[in-house]
Amino acid sequence: MIEVQVWRGDASGGGLARYAVPARANQTVLDVVTHIQREIEPDLAYRFACRVGMCGSCAMVVNGRARWTCRTHVSKVAQDGKLELRPLSNLPVIRDLATDMAPFFDRWARARGQFQPKDSADGAVPDEFAVVPPASAKRQAADAGIECIGCGVCHASCDIVAWNPDYLGPAALNRAWTLVNDVRDGARRERLDAVAGDAGCHACHSTQSCTERCPKGIDPSGAIAGLKRTLFWRVFGLDR
Amino acid sequence: MTLWVVQRATAAVLAVAVVVHLATILVAVRGGLSAAEIIGRLGGSEAWLAFYATFALAAGLHGAIGLRAIAAEWLGWRGRGFDLAWVAIGLATAAFGIRAAIGLYAA
Repeated sequence: MIEVQVWRGDASGGGLARYAVPARANQTVLDVVTHIQREIEPDLAYRFACRVGMCGSCAMVVNGRARWTCRTHVSKVAQDGKLELRPLSNLPVIRDLATDMAPFFDRWARARGQFQPKDSADGAVPDEFAVVPPASAKRQAADAGIECIGCGVCHASCDIVAWNPDYLGPAALNRAWTLVNDVRDGARRERLDAVAGDAGCHACHSTQSCTERCPKGIDPSGAIAGLKRTLFWRVFGLDR
Repeated sequence: MTLWVVQRATAAVLAVAVVVHLATILVAVRGGLSAAEIIGRLGGSEAWLAFYATFALAAGLHGAIGLRAIAAEWLGWRGRGFDLAWVAIGLATAAFGIRAAIGLYAA
């Protein structure tokens, strides 16, 4: 048996509830939560979709650390056969293990995380395909951050997000960095303006919890450093 | 953005200035530390005056910018009023140091 404590409650508060879940081989933390919901506590709220690490909806705080639960084996994270599950930090709780992701994705919008085709200012699909050589430096810089699944683990792990309510956060800034390196994009200047300053990349202290905990192995801290570097050289009129 | 550039630039200045400052202390006190010796080294020297004035300015700005970030994150001190206060604190800190450097130059 695994001894599981699950945070239950809503925006007004809550506490830990205790459940005993049968241990199985190759069991993931999401399997444990699903067992609780199907067999013990039908009204337990949590979120998942793909179960294979693609959709980014099942992230929770597992034994004090934000993780994607569908790809986290219980055997890797249980401490003395115990699990403590809480909703993602730094986001409002809707109920139990489900957080409101709207403030997270609102930051992507504020960081101008939407692609703006250079060839059509109104956002329509350009007539011709852009040719972007896979080996080019900018393409590789964009590729390094493009596999983000939007799970919010970096956001929940970031001290600056906790301390500064306006901070855009690692995921939104990582997204902005991929677009800054996208040679097809036409909103570079506006995007760099949007990610500068106390609420943007300059608030980051490079403590790198985001990079450490990203389940996809992305380096948002490096992306933020790239934004700082690009903005620095822009002061001198240099495009690097 | 500007603050970040200033913070990085003053950090670079401080990295060199602190090393020079500490090395000078280590070398200078080998014969015992006395006010006369310090004044003998710094008094009337434009080069030392320029060095310590730059050092004090960099330290004042760097310290104020750093404290501003800490105060914003830990105490929630944000906004134009606090920013102006930090500018004043930074410049005041620098002014004290520069005044001391001028004092030694003129001594």
